Amino acid sequence: MNPAGLPEQVRRAWAIAKKDIRLYYAKNSVLIFGILMPVFLFLAFFAGSSQLPLTFLFPGLVGVTLLFTATALSPAIYAWEGRHGTLERLVSCPITIEAMVFGDMIASILFGVGITLITVIIALAFGLPLLHGIILVVSILLAACCFSAIGMLLAAPPTSEPSTPMTLSLLIKFPLIFISGIFVPLSQLPSWGLALSACSPLTYFTDLVRYSFTGEHYFPVPADILILAVITLAFTAGTMYLHKRTMPKRM
Amino acid sequence: MNAIEAHHLRKSFGPVTAVSDVSITVREGEIFGFLGPNGAGKTTTTRMLNGVIPPDAGTAIILGHDIRSEPVLAKQGFGVVPETSNAYVDLTAWQNLLLMGELYGLARSRAVQRSSDLLATLGLLERKDQKVQAYSKGMKQRLVLAMALLHEPALLFLDEPTSGLDVQSTHRILSLLRDLNRQGTTIFLTTHNMDEANQLCHRVGIILAGKIVATDAPEKLKTAIEQVHTIEVSFDRDVSGDDLAALTGVTRAERTGDKWHITTPDKDATIRALVSFTEKNGTAIVTLNTLAPTLDEAFLRLTQEASP
Repeated sequence: MNPAGLPEQVRRAWAIAKKDIRLYYAKNSVLIFGILMPVFLFLAFFAGSSQLPLTFLFPGLVGVTLLFTATALSPAIYAWEGRHGTLERLVSCPITIEAMVFGDMIASILFGVGITLITVIIALAFGLPLLHGIILVVSILLAACCFSAIGMLLAAPPTSEPSTPMTLSLLIKFPLIFISGIFVPLSQLPSWGLALSACSPLTYFTDLVRYSFTGEHYFPVPADILILAVITLAFTAGTMYLHKRTMPKRM
Repeated sequence: MNAIEAHHLRKSFGPVTAVSDVSITVREGEIFGFLGPNGAGKTTTTRMLNGVIPPDAGTAIILGHDIRSEPVLAKQGFGVVPETSNAYVDLTAWQNLLLMGELYGLARSRAVQRSSDLLATLGLLERKDQKVQAYSKGMKQRLVLAMALLHEPALLFLDEPTSGLDVQSTHRILSLLRDLNRQGTTIFLTTHNMDEANQLCHRVGIILAGKIVATDAPEKLKTAIEQVHTIEVSFDRDVSGDDLAALTGVTRAERTGDKWHITTPDKDATIRALVSFTEKNGTAIVTLNTLAPTLDEAFLRLTQEASP
């Protein structure tokens, strides 16, 4: 066994993920918040824009659900652990910072995918046809990786106050909803709005989900997937680099 | 091979220099005590050795691996017991131990076996499925010790492991440390407790204002600080103070009750002279003690001398 080798570090990252799920995600309050938050957002927009069909709104709901659940807790985990001294315990263990971050990402990916699948099932129950199941699965997995990387990116500034990254997280997530074609079709956005939406990974995910359910899309499907993959890789590399730099400042 | 080789470690936090120049060598199989007053740089040094914070300068080789360039390989070989328990309080003791098993790459069957053995040794087996938040301070400290020992480390870092614990927990932990050392585990013990350091440590290092001011065996440190030694001796009959004061090396002889306190710069020569004196005068020594300074006194003297 080479403790520093990739297989062993992946195994240890999985241990971190299991710990996160047990300690943070598998709590009733978190699960309920993860489901209720996007549902209430959806209902609010559904009631306020009755001219939009369910086939348009449900893909948006799937997008918001994944964004909110995959970033629900990850920004604050290091702040909590730093405050309780457990982060120092982890740092003194033979696991790299990258593997720790990867483990935290795995936990938020699993939580995000799990809750999002419930939303997909609800969409199917409302009679939406699933036209491109494989695209939907691929896009959910890809976007879950992307959003969890964003969540961990928000956790990078060293602080022992959990509310700081959570506030930052909300300040970023809510504007993303309004510029990503969730409740307003991209075709109806002004050119500056479209330019903004092109910067949001949620735009490409929602476009892919909409394609999976309705066959309609704004950007070419391969472009959606490619751009989402590139953003995911960039955010993942960025978050690992930043955590490696900021981790000693948490100690 | 040395278990720890640290050279010229330095660490500043903003304008404050916590450690200015620390070099430590800890031999394999040794219990090394790391002493110093509050704020001297003990914890910062230990954290640099643990790979928790990077030094601004200097190197630390732990069990043959540079803690900066090969942190995983170095950390795989040691365990850490912090002063304050940092087990996950929302997990049970058993879950905490299995998590450590996974983080150290132990096979599950091995982790289960080691966890059971350690919990039994440390008196926690019956409460292994209870969340740690319900544990007393002593139980938490014993659990953290078990977590540090799960992977059978060659080197153990302990920071005030018995601070604030009851006599039973203290005794249990110290006894385990002695056993571990007998089995070959190197121990790096940061402590304020001079008695503990005196009893346990083969060598101690004293840090003050971020610098090591002394490193030696406790007995040598104690005697090194005293240029003049005191010998307490009693005889089976009255002897003359003037006769005692005239013996080789004796600078002063004072009577205290039925004992004499003899001051000398050369203990060995004076004891030999006392033996000759009794033979010549037909008297016998009833008791003879060399009154060495305590490690407390040595610590205070060394830290006072080195204070700017």
